[in-house]
Amino acid sequence: MKGLSKDRLWSIAVLAPSIILIAVFVYGFIARSVYVSMTDWGNDPAQALALDPIIRWVGLANYQELFSGFLQGRFRQEMISTIFFTIFFILGCLGLGLGLALILDRNPKGEGLWRTIFLFPMSLSFIVTGTIWRWMLQPQGGLNQAPTLFGAQPGTFGWLSSSDAILKFDWNKLPLLTASVVGIVLIVMAVRAARSGDRTRTVVAAVCAAILIVWALLIGPNVKMLPAPELHGFNLALIGIIIAAVWQMSGYTMALYLAGLRGIPEELREAAKVDGANDLGLYRHVIFPLLAPISLSAMIVLGHISLKIFDLVYAMAGPDNVATSVPALNMYLTSFRQNQFSLGAAIGTILLILVAFVIVPYLASQFKQEDGHA
Amino acid sequence: MTSAPAKAAPAPTTPRKPIQPGRILMYALLVVAALFFLIPVYLLFATALKSPDAINLATTWHWPAALNWASFSEAWGKIGGNMLNSLFLAVVATLLSAMLGSLNGYALSKWKFRGANTLFALMLFGMFIPYQAVLIPLFQFIKSIGLYGSIWGLILAHVVYGIPITTLIFRNFYADVPDALVEAATIDGAGFWSIYRLVIFPISIPGFVVVIIWQFTQVWNEFLFAATLTNTTSQPVTYALSQLAGGQAVSWNLPMAGAILAALPTLLVYILLGRYFVRGLLAGSVKG
Repeated sequence: MKGLSKDRLWSIAVLAPSIILIAVFVYGFIARSVYVSMTDWGNDPAQALALDPIIRWVGLANYQELFSGFLQGRFRQEMISTIFFTIFFILGCLGLGLGLALILDRNPKGEGLWRTIFLFPMSLSFIVTGTIWRWMLQPQGGLNQAPTLFGAQPGTFGWLSSSDAILKFDWNKLPLLTASVVGIVLIVMAVRAARSGDRTRTVVAAVCAAILIVWALLIGPNVKMLPAPELHGFNLALIGIIIAAVWQMSGYTMALYLAGLRGIPEELREAAKVDGANDLGLYRHVIFPLLAPISLSAMIVLGHISLKIFDLVYAMAGPDNVATSVPALNMYLTSFRQNQFSLGAAIGTILLILVAFVIVPYLASQFKQEDGHA
Repeated sequence: MTSAPAKAAPAPTTPRKPIQPGRILMYALLVVAALFFLIPVYLLFATALKSPDAINLATTWHWPAALNWASFSEAWGKIGGNMLNSLFLAVVATLLSAMLGSLNGYALSKWKFRGANTLFALMLFGMFIPYQAVLIPLFQFIKSIGLYGSIWGLILAHVVYGIPITTLIFRNFYADVPDALVEAATIDGAGFWSIYRLVIFPISIPGFVVVIIWQFTQVWNEFLFAATLTNTTSQPVTYALSQLAGGQAVSWNLPMAGAILAALPTLLVYILLGRYFVRGLLAGSVKG
């Protein structure tokens, strides 16, 4: 092709504003946030909103404060909450979405109407969804009153207000737990690699697993992040918010799966039938494996939505309900209600790191594939 | 609700005929699922149409004896101005995003250069970042250029952070336009702009529809920027609704009527143009 023709210059000129805007508003602002998170801007309230505040560099002190400071127990609970929320939210959306898609794929009458019903919450704002479900989950009303329609006693579950938690563990054991879980995963990987005869992978995974397990046995129990035990778990008040989130987003997974199911050529199903597969076998050996990439795609999109969700929580449980709070909400409150900008920036940065873990490998693999084609 | 998939898979085992246990089970599951999605809507309307003194937690499920339409006018009085803010915001931001996205998508798909994919991947990352990670500098920036509290600051934010998704949708849309079309036009002596005007833009209507619906919905529904970059005169409806519902001693007919009003525009778009809405949805899951 020609080098730099006039048309090619135009195409770059057209892209330039967007490139500059993204460079500044995404990458520049991220860098700025990371910088702010390493200062003490706003930790002294008198300086927070000063026209020319005195800002000192404090390194990782804000992060240390969040993970092990006496006052930041709320943030640590939120970190655990957001992980539990993400897991249950993704499982709920994938399960319900797949179920609905499989039913709709059997061509019921009025398919369009069913699809409209399952998908309409997607078009609503999380604030609208939150407002509706806040009313549904009033402790003495809504869902808890539903049994009275059948003459039973009203329920007493503290939707949104419960302070009970299950699956509790001590924050001090977090390094130990993390090391153990990663160690077990590595052992599984080593066994799998050994079975498929990949020696290098077996050895690497086994050695890493061994190091982690030895660390967990000898040093791990003595690592303490806090002076006293601090229990965190899955707060039951989150269940209501998870249901509302699944209500809103499962239509999305249904649409994804339905598109996937419709994309499976009829010949493939016929061929499986000819080979003697019954319906169950057809799903297990043909259809579900073909849907796996869609599940991954959905998990990534849902995962990043769930890690940064905060408007739904804000609208359902209010900003001050510690039992249901999430880091994204805490960031907003810390920065714009308490004016503790550096601490807020640190929470924002942690969120970004969490999301990047999910998104970066995904984008990288997407575009590696595409470059391979070109 | 998670029991649906487990039951759905092993349903009918023989070829389809009019009445079969499998078909009955299928419709039963559909009805149960539809109830899960529609019961909140029933309660929404039942509550919005009650008069404040008829609202009682114990009678949540009862349909109002007398319909009280005044909730809607009262809710409009509280959030009507914010609805108009949102409308202006969403229309302007959507049109700007769509134009920008169309040009970007055209340049990226029809005038590929080396590193275009890397550039595009770097752009796309902006779609997934939690806005909390850029919120403080954004707030400072909007303040420093004097747009804090003005709807234009919010428009700027939405247009910028909309670039990734609008570019993605248009890029994928134009990828299906045969390159031969562009090559033929080049041979006829057409350049970058005349090809866009005469060949690409006229066939872009479906792409524009998808992007406009998607961006309109996103901007209308957004909350974080709305809560941080605006003040009382410029607040969009999502923020106003959260204030309406947030207090302790609220009469619930008001937030429910407000929720219906705030949901109406995007819901109408979805019901009237659902097909394109779904297409935008699927594009958002990045299929390269």
